[in-house]
Amino acid sequence: MSDGSLKVIGEPRRRVDGRAKVTGQTRFADDIVLPRMLHCKLLRSALPHARIVSVDTTKAEALDGVHLVLTGDAFPIAYGVLPVSHDEHALCRDKVRFVGDPVAAVIAVDEATASEATRLVHVEYEPLRTFAEPEDSLAHPEPRIHEYGDEGNIHKLVSLQFGDVDAALAAADHVFDDTFFFEGSTHLPIEQHAAVGLKDPDGKLVVYSSTQTPHYVHRALAKSLAMPAAHIRVIATPNGGGFGGKSDPFNHEIVVAKAALLLDRPVKICLTREEVFYCHRGRHPVLMRFRTGVRKDGTLAGVDLQTLLDGGAYGSYGVASTFYTGALQTVTYDIPRYRFRGCRVFTNKPPCGPKRGHGTPQARFGQEVQLDKIAERLDVDPADFRLRIVAPPDSLTANYLRIGTIALADCIHSVVRQSDWKNRFRKLPRGRGVGLACSSYLSGAGLPINWNDLPHSGVQLKLDRSGGVTAFSGATEIGQGSDDVLVACVAEVLGIDPFDVRAVTGDTDLTPVDLGSYSSRVTLMMGNAAVEAATRARDLIAGAVSRRLDVPPERLTFAERRVFDASNPSTGVSFQEAVCIAEAQFGTLGTTGSYTPPKPAAQFKGGGVGPSPTYSYTAAVVEVDVDPETGWIRVPRVWIAHDIGRALNPTLVRGQVEGSVYMGLGEALMEEQAFRRLPPRLSNALVHKFPSILEYKSPTTLDMPEIFTDLIEHPDAAGPFGAKEVGQGPLLPIMPAVANAVYDAVGVRIDEVPITPQKIVKALQAKAAGRDARYGPAAFPQIRWPEPLLVAPPWEGGDGRASNEPSRKKRKAEAGIEGTAGVRA
Amino acid sequence: MTPEVIEPGVKVRLPLVVNGERVETLVDGYKTLLEVLREDLQLTGTKHGCELGECGACAVLVDGEPTLSCLLLALECPGRDVVTVEGLVSDGRLHPLQDAFADLGAAQCGYCTPGILVTAKALLDREPHPTRERIREALSGNLCRCTGYLQIIEAVEAAAAATPRATRGQAR
Repeated sequence: MSDGSLKVIGEPRRRVDGRAKVTGQTRFADDIVLPRMLHCKLLRSALPHARIVSVDTTKAEALDGVHLVLTGDAFPIAYGVLPVSHDEHALCRDKVRFVGDPVAAVIAVDEATASEATRLVHVEYEPLRTFAEPEDSLAHPEPRIHEYGDEGNIHKLVSLQFGDVDAALAAADHVFDDTFFFEGSTHLPIEQHAAVGLKDPDGKLVVYSSTQTPHYVHRALAKSLAMPAAHIRVIATPNGGGFGGKSDPFNHEIVVAKAALLLDRPVKICLTREEVFYCHRGRHPVLMRFRTGVRKDGTLAGVDLQTLLDGGAYGSYGVASTFYTGALQTVTYDIPRYRFRGCRVFTNKPPCGPKRGHGTPQARFGQEVQLDKIAERLDVDPADFRLRIVAPPDSLTANYLRIGTIALADCIHSVVRQSDWKNRFRKLPRGRGVGLACSSYLSGAGLPINWNDLPHSGVQLKLDRSGGVTAFSGATEIGQGSDDVLVACVAEVLGIDPFDVRAVTGDTDLTPVDLGSYSSRVTLMMGNAAVEAATRARDLIAGAVSRRLDVPPERLTFAERRVFDASNPSTGVSFQEAVCIAEAQFGTLGTTGSYTPPKPAAQFKGGGVGPSPTYSYTAAVVEVDVDPETGWIRVPRVWIAHDIGRALNPTLVRGQVEGSVYMGLGEALMEEQAFRRLPPRLSNALVHKFPSILEYKSPTTLDMPEIFTDLIEHPDAAGPFGAKEVGQGPLLPIMPAVANAVYDAVGVRIDEVPITPQKIVKALQAKAAGRDARYGPAAFPQIRWPEPLLVAPPWEGGDGRASNEPSRKKRKAEAGIEGTAGVRA
Repeated sequence: MTPEVIEPGVKVRLPLVVNGERVETLVDGYKTLLEVLREDLQLTGTKHGCELGECGACAVLVDGEPTLSCLLLALECPGRDVVTVEGLVSDGRLHPLQDAFADLGAAQCGYCTPGILVTAKALLDREPHPTRERIREALSGNLCRCTGYLQIIEAVEAAAAATPRATRGQAR
């Protein structure tokens, strides 16, 4: 959408950091080489679950070139990203919980020596029962993997009900009951995690790391090393891909920090690719059951969702992931009554956490495939069916999420038109098919991880007589283009070129706090903070120039690197002169901007996950060719329309959409973070099935379809210049659209991902034998759910509170926390 | 030039031509070309994603051929001509591929970019105006997790279009 008044925003541009990236000059963490630098390697557990009896480091310490060997004794304080699950130690102390859990660290003159020394560390273990599958963890509360959590090996149980769902389903004309499985997958950033720790000349700690969240690393270092946060500087190097995999504080970051402090020398670690597979924090495998009531007129009466998440060995973001599996169904479609019950269990596998779409792609898959089944049963076109149930704009959902603009109907119309859907759906020859699916996603989480009243993002601007502007922001460049968003917002407001603005980002000493590059929050939150800071700078300059030129400030325009009288453009000064005039008048120039999301409407416990300033929407049609003999599946074309609000830099927005389609196709067709047992004559340990890029299949250039992207631009008042997110939402419809297209092509339902040729063949064989023409999980296990929190939907007189929950004040008093900290001005 | 037996711990003299400059360095016998480029010659533009020959991030040109530098021992390369991403800029100007990648969104995080750029350069040096299929084949060993590849392929096409058809062989 072109807007005559905008010069930078909306124009396809070379990103500000483009030159650095194409010349190989972007400095990633492992590119940092410092004088006297030492190298670190971790010894990782080869057993999935065991008590540590003893660790003997004598031989390793004696090896020539070894400077330091650390064990869990050096790290008595636990940390973790969520305050409710500080369950990690930088090196394991009492037990190991998965193959890959770090037990000791060696710091040596080079990597080869450090590796050799790790083999000389002797660890005596007492093996414990291995929990390989969620069903094991549900069935066996002992031995506990962790000594905390809701019960036994259940980490988290969530139970929420919005209106009488049982009555709604009983009164519905049809009730659909389907079980789905979504296999785990990993981020596979091409850059392996790396970090460098050093003690600066003042004796303070500096850590460079390929992290998406320097602020959380900062917090974790301060806590686990018991140091004042003000004496720690975390610098997020540009990430060579993140996708959520670099958003936890990691043990290796804390280890090199500790080692650098002890040795007073820089210490670097770069993980091997195998270690990256074991670090993980990726997509949770989720088993889910959707019961959906539908009325004769094709509207939804209610949805009852249960999810079971395989969390792996630690908490990570898992409590949030659990809530997210049930949060956004109502943001997409009008669901008058809703019940969500989620369960996350611990298993002895690498910890799961946030991967692009965080917790929502799994249940999105189930919901969109079930909607396809419902449409078929009701004999309505699945696109028309969805158009009938799209959630209304400017509304509160049953679970108290506030929807702003919603252009989902436009998205559906767009892909239907572009793909010639009406002439193709159910009309293509056998073996060819099309499928449609939709989705929604957050433009940033409405509540912070560490609950407080502080801004989620801050931007500072420095302007001086050079005419140059420096923008400081804690946001982290992970490839998505956050530096470009920052300078574009500032340049637009000040009427200068993006290349006139220098971005200084992701440095906890130099830049104001931004919570990090996750949850699709940066464009909206940092963008709003940048616009606020730039508007304040413009107002300062306009005031000064107004007096000098004797032109009222409201008549001054900032454009083309000039500040001039809009009604008489020849009266004006260059931007540089304007800054000098302002600097002479006010002294040194600097402004700040910050962003805090609006307060959520939900007042019940758990209502903190899901709120966002605004939501993005996506619709996609995927075309498949399926060989009915071999099940071989190919995707020739994808049509996708995304409700972006406004595309700040369409080149980068398109890249996010296409990158999401790519990653979605990987999850739909081939990617699996799967595990196997080593043979009993070895250790019988539970290990990653294929911790290598060769065997962990991901799409290449040869697998990519043509992608037709349509950006739907209806500016949303919540976003900078009306922008919403784009980094995650467009991934979500791809997996269910592939499944729905496979059904259109060969008439079998694959109710789980990845959708492999083997599964298609098995479903075709089942169909030929007269059995259910389906491949997928048989049943959802019995889980002893707690009594749900009962929250009446807004249209049933609810106020966002649960009727059976003590008030928040009372809960806090009972828990004995924040008793004195609650006094505020 | 390569000694028959390499003593452990003894460094070996290695002459190379890197980005048109003759260099000579003492290297450990076990080091790959990737490690020598990054660690001994400080050419950190070349990246690594697996060090097992699986991802393509470490691709460089050896005598004009795209080569996975993580699979090649440095000592296998005495006297050979190596081009890394640092060698694509000439006379202070970006190679047309670099301009096209920067302009058209072909580099997001930029980590796989150096390997893809040199691989694409080798293709254009040989075939100045390749078809889309040829570009897809040439880049099929380079993994990118950000872009979905389409903007990369379009950037290679744009760079090819920027190369005058009369100019054969050497890209500018």
